Amino acid sequence: MRYLPLTNDDREDMKKVIGVSDINEMFTNVPKEVSLDPKFNLPSHKTEMEVGKILSEIANKNINSNQVPFFLGAGAYKHHIPATVDHIIQRSEFLTSYTPYQPEISQGTLQYLFEFQTQVSLITGMDVSNASMYDGSTSTAEAVSMAKRITKRNKVVISPTLHPQYAEVINTLISSNEDEIDYNFSENFEVEKLISKIDDSVSCVVVQNPDFFGSCHSLEQLAEHTHSKGALLIVVVNEIISLGIMKSPGEMGADIVACEGQSLGNPLNFGGPYIGLMSTKDKYVRQLPGRIVGETIDMNGEKGFVLTLATREQHIRREKATSNICTNSGLCSLAFTIHLSLLGEMGFKKLSKLNHEAAIKLYNKLKTLEGFEVTNNSFFNEFTVKLPIDASVFVEKMAEKGILAGVPVSRVSNQEGDFSNLLLVASSEINSDFDRDNFIKLAKEVCYE
Amino acid sequence: MNKNKGLDHDEQLLFEVGDINKTGVDLAEIDNLKHMIGDSFSENEIGLAGLSEPETIRHYVRLSRKNYSIDAGLYPLGSCTMKHNPRLNEKMARLEGFSDIHPLQPISTCQGALELIDLISSWLKELTGMAAVTMTPKAGAQGELCGMMAIKQALLDRNELNRKVVLVPDSAHGTNPATAAFLGFEVKTIKSNDKGLIDFSDFKDNIDENFAGVMITNPNTCGLFETDIVKISELTHKSGGYLYCDGANFNAVVGKLKPGDLGIDAMHINLHKTFSTPHGGGGPGSGPVVFSDRLEKFCPTPLVKNIKGDFILVEDSNEKDLTKSFGRLNVFHGQMGMFVRAMSYMLSHGADGLKQVSEDAVLNANYLRASLSSHLTPAFDGFCMHEILFSDDFLKDTGVETLDFAKAMIDEGYHPMTIYFPLVIHGALLVEPTETESKQSLDHFIKTLCDLVERLKKDSDSFKAAPLFTPIRRLDETQAARKPVLRWKEEPLIAV
Repeated sequence: MRYLPLTNDDREDMKKVIGVSDINEMFTNVPKEVSLDPKFNLPSHKTEMEVGKILSEIANKNINSNQVPFFLGAGAYKHHIPATVDHIIQRSEFLTSYTPYQPEISQGTLQYLFEFQTQVSLITGMDVSNASMYDGSTSTAEAVSMAKRITKRNKVVISPTLHPQYAEVINTLISSNEDEIDYNFSENFEVEKLISKIDDSVSCVVVQNPDFFGSCHSLEQLAEHTHSKGALLIVVVNEIISLGIMKSPGEMGADIVACEGQSLGNPLNFGGPYIGLMSTKDKYVRQLPGRIVGETIDMNGEKGFVLTLATREQHIRREKATSNICTNSGLCSLAFTIHLSLLGEMGFKKLSKLNHEAAIKLYNKLKTLEGFEVTNNSFFNEFTVKLPIDASVFVEKMAEKGILAGVPVSRVSNQEGDFSNLLLVASSEINSDFDRDNFIKLAKEVCYE
Repeated sequence: MNKNKGLDHDEQLLFEVGDINKTGVDLAEIDNLKHMIGDSFSENEIGLAGLSEPETIRHYVRLSRKNYSIDAGLYPLGSCTMKHNPRLNEKMARLEGFSDIHPLQPISTCQGALELIDLISSWLKELTGMAAVTMTPKAGAQGELCGMMAIKQALLDRNELNRKVVLVPDSAHGTNPATAAFLGFEVKTIKSNDKGLIDFSDFKDNIDENFAGVMITNPNTCGLFETDIVKISELTHKSGGYLYCDGANFNAVVGKLKPGDLGIDAMHINLHKTFSTPHGGGGPGSGPVVFSDRLEKFCPTPLVKNIKGDFILVEDSNEKDLTKSFGRLNVFHGQMGMFVRAMSYMLSHGADGLKQVSEDAVLNANYLRASLSSHLTPAFDGFCMHEILFSDDFLKDTGVETLDFAKAMIDEGYHPMTIYFPLVIHGALLVEPTETESKQSLDHFIKTLCDLVERLKKDSDSFKAAPLFTPIRRLDETQAARKPVLRWKEEPLIAV
């Protein structure tokens, strides 16, 4: 077996040193009634070539986003990833190291995480960030949990335009009592209505921006009312590229920001691994979950980095920890920070504009299509289209014609309401005029021929 | 001032080497269309530093060289399982048919993805001898949460939420009590006995009408197989509770025994430990959970189902398979990229190879145990499983503490073992070599540790100064926590 260095002679020599003749002598703690030679209905070992063939055949059964015009979003976005990113994250020293518990031999990881924390703080407009969470949805749930700890209140008001699966995750992870959560999935984001729900028992208001349907919102007024009742404003960002052309959540008054960071550096991966971002104000830093890297000095006075504020964490505080999170999304945060370092301020803003313009171009074409109605007044790179036919039928038929056209709202919502004709359509720098013209041409065929 | 030391380059922060007017990505020209953002539009400066491509590569390559890695040397972190990460796995995960597919594509266009999930599910069920598996948890700790939520849901289904008490051994990972507490359970600690195992009578004494279940790591964090595990599971079930097994150490028994035979109800599996997906400096992980038939119907959403070769994804909790599900743990369907890597590892080994994996892991650990016992102090008598726990008795009266010993190992070219864990052993040193170390590698490690112990007698002061040969010396962690500096800012933050 190519991954196992011991030879049979080694094994025999080592058993002699240990003083056993049979390997099972070392398994004597295993209760007698438990078999040490169970039968497995599984194949035996395979060569690298055989494994490659099996997995390639399975992979080839999927239609991938490089093969066809592609317009899916709804919390996962296709962007071009510079070749440099994947090269660097495959360096042994990043790929095959552990959580940086020994700082003297982990400065590489610690420094890039410190830089990552700075970048996340800057784009979200907040004071501090942690070193990542699993994904945007768990980041959001952890933000709610954090708000409940800070305010010592239980009620959670969720904007009707939060990603329905994110709301499900909050419900599963945070709520011990369903009445605590106010969430009614709908297309209508009405600030006044949200404000009317905030009273002295509310811990936090959760709002996604751009929202699930793609619309962009100013949140200053909502922030003001939230704060006036002693509650916290949690802003969720699903498409991080939008922050190059929009006011940051911090600028608009957010107290905690939870984002999906996949768009920078990380491929679609059928949903994971992704990277949750989480940032907040200085005054709440001791309530943040997860790893945090801080700057300090060594015994010679040289600047260096360590994992810090560990007294929040499970390995120190056990049942009193802020969260049970341990491993986070280390390598995904490296991909994120490399991509953002390559872009820089100029590239990030330009990429943001390119995404927005790609969406505008599709929007302009769709406007002319009979029976299609874009329901947004504003958008970044994704909007909602009301179709003349059922959206699930539409995407299946479009797929048959060789185009992945969007995400039916009903695919992610098990909430009440009729969303059957609504389709989310995302654009990005990967889409060409050819893609868009194809979309229009095939959409006509699918709906009217 | 030039602070470079040979191959070790001093590398400034990104924000010091980068420039707001620099970029390493060429993008298409923009058309300056009228924006449709609305009144949240902004062109304010963010403050992001940029680098050209050569500068980017140099920045990160220089940083990388300040890291230890399993590729460069033995990485004996106990309970972390730093084994070789095969590169075939990386190649497979990067097949466009896996890496470049969207989680919400029409089901007809991602049959291969669902087939892969079904395939790894069937392997995990077969290897563990359990009834069901959920693939969605994003890491071990979320797997624990998933397993305990299923238990909570089962108690709710029985209308017995009065059962609030979860027993956790004192040797458990911190995530265990943190998970149970997060779900509102009351955590009660049960003691280990002088053999490093759960004290069965203490376990028994702690069971009352409020008993919800017990969380056991097996093999445990002392590197020992819980010999009373079957007795514990029988008593747990007789008392109306559930047995959660922390599968962090599954690598010691994979292919060798079926955890289902032990009577457990739920167990998470760290794909980044047992099945070699890379640790990546702290993730991403993946923590599938296997369930007994008693808990199967409480699994989270979504589920992949194989209907005669047609794969479907059951996502809606109103569907009949999911009416008792405790809900959704995270957006989408889990860590696909990790599933592919783990599947590549499993296919490569096969059932026979996996058995060899656990046997070699146990053999390597016991070889270290036998070879180091003359110099270090094993915490417990008898054979260990895949890792060996030492106490700090061998450091007695030397003035050297476990931390100093660990730092001295760094100067000898080794990453230290896990230290000060588990908490039940004073100054604990937990060594896990894994099966991917050769005998030569182990012999060199043994010689190094024995030499260090010899040096204790002659030159204990040198341990306090270690490490000397690293990019940076011992760091002031107290200052880091007392005056947190958690990001770069333009003004100088630390007066050196």
